[in-house]
Amino acid sequence: MELEQFCSTSRVLIVAGKGGVGKTTVTASLATTAARAGLSVLIVEVEGKSGLSQAFAKPDLDYEETDLAPGVRARTLTPDHALVDYLESHGLKRISKRLSNTGTLDVIATAVPGMKDILVLGKVKSLERDRAADLILVDAPAAGHAISFLLSPRGLLDAVSVGPIRKQATDVIELLSDPSRCQVLLVTMPEETPVNELVDTAFTLEDRVGIALGPIVVNGCYPEMDLDTDPGEITRDAEAAGVFLSAREAQDLARAAAFRVERQELQRVQTDRLEQRLPLPQIRLPFLFSDDVGPAEIGVLADAFQDGIEAL
Amino acid sequence: MSDLHSLVDEGHVVICCGSGGVGKTTSAAVLALEGARRGRNAVVVTIDPAKRLANALGLEVLSNTAREIEPERWDPDGCSPGGRLSALMLDTKSTFDGLVKRYAADGTQAGGILDNRFYRNISSALGGTQEYMAMEKLHELHEDGGYDLIVVDTPPTRHALDFLDAPKRITSLLDNRIFRMLMTPTKAGMRVAGIALQTLLRTIGRVVGTAVIDDVVAFFRAFEGMEDGFRERAATVLALLADPGTRFVLVTAPQRDAVDEAVYFADQIAGHGLSVDALIVNRVHPQFGDEHAAGLRARAEHLPGGLREGEAKAAAVRLAKQYENLADFQEISIRERAHLDAIRSKVGTAAVATVPLLPHDVHDFTALSEISEQLFNQNR
Repeated sequence: MELEQFCSTSRVLIVAGKGGVGKTTVTASLATTAARAGLSVLIVEVEGKSGLSQAFAKPDLDYEETDLAPGVRARTLTPDHALVDYLESHGLKRISKRLSNTGTLDVIATAVPGMKDILVLGKVKSLERDRAADLILVDAPAAGHAISFLLSPRGLLDAVSVGPIRKQATDVIELLSDPSRCQVLLVTMPEETPVNELVDTAFTLEDRVGIALGPIVVNGCYPEMDLDTDPGEITRDAEAAGVFLSAREAQDLARAAAFRVERQELQRVQTDRLEQRLPLPQIRLPFLFSDDVGPAEIGVLADAFQDGIEAL
Repeated sequence: MSDLHSLVDEGHVVICCGSGGVGKTTSAAVLALEGARRGRNAVVVTIDPAKRLANALGLEVLSNTAREIEPERWDPDGCSPGGRLSALMLDTKSTFDGLVKRYAADGTQAGGILDNRFYRNISSALGGTQEYMAMEKLHELHEDGGYDLIVVDTPPTRHALDFLDAPKRITSLLDNRIFRMLMTPTKAGMRVAGIALQTLLRTIGRVVGTAVIDDVVAFFRAFEGMEDGFRERAATVLALLADPGTRFVLVTAPQRDAVDEAVYFADQIAGHGLSVDALIVNRVHPQFGDEHAAGLRARAEHLPGGLREGEAKAAAVRLAKQYENLADFQEISIRERAHLDAIRSKVGTAAVATVPLLPHDVHDFTALSEISEQLFNQNR
């Protein structure tokens, strides 16, 4: 698939996955890939703090938009902020501070489950409507929370029968269930538990939220290498190649090779299993041996992302 | 210096905390298992364990009472005389219901609260409730369970040690002054404030619907008189956390984000006047020899055979790949050790133990035992 085509499938892409699978890294890499294709990208961080700005070597994000890289902007959109924002824009500006100081805001938010989530999604919807960017990437809350986050508008419809909040929920459901406007990109790792949880999340999102799923991103795949795990073979190759190898060196090389071969086999088993249980295309991003995620690493992953998209 | 052995031998309560995806539940299960092996009456409180691990622990469904695991399953050779192992998977809502029933004056009051929609939201959907109930469950097991060792897994929170703050946060919600004033609008001096509040609530009602406000008012009316009991209970839970028999285990993985989180947790624990007793680092890559990555890569590039033809060339290409692979692992190993040093300096005298990156997920007692051996052998 052409990169431009992939990036314009829907304006909003929600990136979701279990904690520790590298959701934020994936968001940063996809943003970079899309920006390279000439699109303007806005990343929306809904949990406040994440490694996102660090990945671009920039200071922490704020409610105001900041530039992370050419073509890539980002901002936070935390539930608390969204709630105050909403009250202010609904004629409650004067009392919103008092509401939050007295804890009344917490009481209200508790009375209406998912209200804060709705407000966050409502804000995403207005960013989409205003065409705030060609591509809006939402770095969603970690897995379990992502489901309740995306289910919040339906829950709210049950709890609230009238008023602007209900209208907000209806609008958000419209956005979420329109694949030409919004899709979810699920992220996992090639390991058993993350794969299982991804499959469960995928079915829940399709069945209960009715949201379209984009390709699955499998992050942290060891780049495949064809290696010898027998120290004897390695020593023979060394002789043929004209170098001396001590027995210990041969052992170290063989053990490292055996470890990688085993991991490669495991990840093959897991990606196959994922493919069988969830017939969606996969984009595989490499495990990074060299360094923690920074701008250079995001560049490497963006390359892999582009290859993955073009191979779809 | 603390060590893991004294932790499972002498600790009464062990709290495992850390960010999501670092193997926290597994570490909690291993510590409880080791305690039982050493003859203690141990229980592990898990929160949302992966399905297969839950099955291994005999936890098919949420259960609010601990279930003992038959010794044949975790101790097939019978070498742990007297030890017992139980597990439970936290059921947040029924734990909260139990608390309401305990502090309600009678069945009518309890019923009024349990049926209220606002209460149902607090007990199932409110962020922080799970953390609060994990601590509540801990307190209950401590009081009535008869266990020597209670290991608690904590929900994967991203920002703060919510289990330390959640009791206070929720009791202050239940104790909300504005709504309590509403309950007693006729009290002297409160009438004016009451009227202003009514106006305020009507405005809010226009945004979220009046049914919601009615639920809230009904809830606070039903809850009247129970605040003190709740507040006291929350205070005793916090006191238990500060007890010398309570140990904190920080669980992490050797990546920058996980380590940053762990450092943050360590600071928070210290900020509450508590200390980290042990640090468990899961998912550590193995190290093969001690040659530097740069040297290995340089060697891969300058193999004499690379300049020749035929078999010598083919062998050089194959060997170069072997070097590249070893160099990859040396790089990650050095990076992980740097992260380990960073977190180690943050946890003072805590015991530090590492668990290698395992080829398979952990979902039986054999695998848990292997990790246990890893953890306890490096720790004298």
